[in-house]
Parts: sequence; C-alpha cells; structure tokens
Amino acid sequence: MTRHHLEIRIIPRPGLLDPEGKAIHHALDSLGYESVRNVRVGKAIYVDLEAPSSEEAIAEAEAMCRGLLANPVTEDFEIGMASPAAEPGETS
Amino acid sequence: MRLAVVTFPGSNCDYDVYQAIKSVGGVPEFIWHRDAALDSVDAVVLPGGFSYGDYLRAGAIARMSPIMEQVVTFAAGGGPVLGICNGFQILCEAGLLPGALTRNDTLKFESKDVWVRVENADTTFSRDYGQGQALRMPIAHAEGNYYADEETLDSLESGGQVVFRYCDPSGHDGEGWNPNGSARSIAGIRNEAGNVLGMMPHPERAVEEVLGSVDGLGVFTSLLRQLSPAAA
Repeated sequence: MTRHHLEIRIIPRPGLLDPEGKAIHHALDSLGYESVRNVRVGKAIYVDLEAPSSEEAIAEAEAMCRGLLANPVTEDFEIGMASPAAEPGETS
Repeated sequence: MRLAVVTFPGSNCDYDVYQAIKSVGGVPEFIWHRDAALDSVDAVVLPGGFSYGDYLRAGAIARMSPIMEQVVTFAAGGGPVLGICNGFQILCEAGLLPGALTRNDTLKFESKDVWVRVENADTTFSRDYGQGQALRMPIAHAEGNYYADEETLDSLESGGQVVFRYCDPSGHDGEGWNPNGSARSIAGIRNEAGNVLGMMPHPERAVEEVLGSVDGLGVFTSLLRQLSPAAA
C-alpha cells in the first residue's frame, strides 16, 4: 500500500448560473483586467489515501465524488495527483 | 398523531417546528440524528438550520446521518416527510426530491417575508389551502435557488409536483418577487408519489398572529388531517 495525494476539483456545470464567478468577474473588471471573458468558481479537496496503485486511488476517489463530494445535478469533478509538498495542512 | 422532528447538529428551527405541530394538536417528538430508529411515528419533519455548518454543500453531510437511512425507508413506504429550508436541501441531497438548491442569485443571505402561491392544493401538505391562494411566509437562506434540468422541471410542472411558487402579494407572477433566482420561481415541490414535500419558506414561522402571519398553519393542519381524516 502506498500513500497517494489526490487533488479533487469540483466544478459547477457549464451553463449553470455561477453568481460568485460573476461577482469576481465584475471585480476583476474594476481592477482593470478587461481581457477576462469568464470566471467560474469551484473548489479543490485534497485527500490522502492508501491504495495499492494510483489507478486504484483514483478509482476510489471517483466513487467518493459520486457518493458525496460532488452533486451530480450541478457539479462535475476532476481528479489529479497532487504533489505532497503543495498540500496545505500537512505537517512534516 | 406522532410527528418526528429530526435534529441535526446545526438545526435551528426544530423548536419552532415542534411548537407549530403542538399548536395544531399534533404530538411532536424530537429525534436526534444519530438515532437509528424511527419508532412508530406517523410523519417526519426535517427542520431548517445549518446542519454541519453547510460544509461541502448545504444538506450534503446531514444526508449521511444514521437517521436518514430510516427516513428514506419511511418515505419509500409512503410515510409523509416534510423538509423545510435546510430540510428541503437535505431531501434533495438524499435523492428523495429531484434537483438541487444552489446559491441565491443575489449572492446574499435572504431573510425576509415572501409570498408564495399554492400551485397544487390537492396534496398531503396543502389540502387546507385554496388552489391559487397567496401565502405570506418568511425565508432565511443563502442556498435556495432551485435548479433542475428543463426536462425535470417540465415533468414537475406536468405532474402537479410544484406545490408552492413565489409570487406577488396578489398571487400573480411578477418581476422581482422571486427572491433567489429559483427556476420557474419554484418555492416548494413534492415527489411523484406525493408523500414527500420540500419547501424553502418557513411555515413554522407563520403560525401565530404575533409572528405577523398565520399563513403557514395550513401546512401542518393539512398534514394532520391527512393522518387522521376522522378527526378533521
């Protein structure tokens, strides 16, 4: 068993109203970033888990997303391997 | 008639619901979310609040509470289940009602009185109202923006599952009376079988004149009358 560090990104479905993204877009506009065309806000969840392989770690994380972490009605998810050093809250 | 009021960590309308049930002659009973049994109750109410601090998504973690397995079984057996505000969010997360409640389009926590129209007065929870009656009740939520895909919305409409819809004080649709951006101004829906209702407004906060409105009473009297038709 190896410890895997996963980054799970939860993203609002395209086309779904994202008022928070819209508000940030407006704020960027007022900062002078007029090139911005779209802003969407999701969230990242960092999960450490033990699994025999990274494939199995990802498969398990997918099941977690379907069961709890993402709402299938409004959200999509992406799972990637995270670098342990980049993780917040990890004590060495 | 025994009505279970489920308390989750962070529920804050449980006592109001308890009081509302009592005021219409029902027998309320608090059930803690870790209890794994719903013993011989006649109906279940999931009250409003901020279960688990709304972490992850409103209602997402409460849905995993031991009691929810019992609530799902109870609902599957035809038992009446009423979810108010956070309770509505939990029912959607648990898959007992379709769709989801997302962030208000105003980006604000909306706490005020609103008007809703009774779209279907032939349900377990609305039979004491008149069809099309306009009701005044408070809302208090940040995630009340009802969302479902068009197909689901159409089937809710055609199946009479939209029970309450935001409206103006005269009961008509009007610009500016949808407080949170809900699809088709939906404020409350029931499931296909008709025994599960979720609504964002708080009927339990509109049950005495001193509260400014008694329009919420009908939800509770309807439910009690459904449970004991002989006594009605």
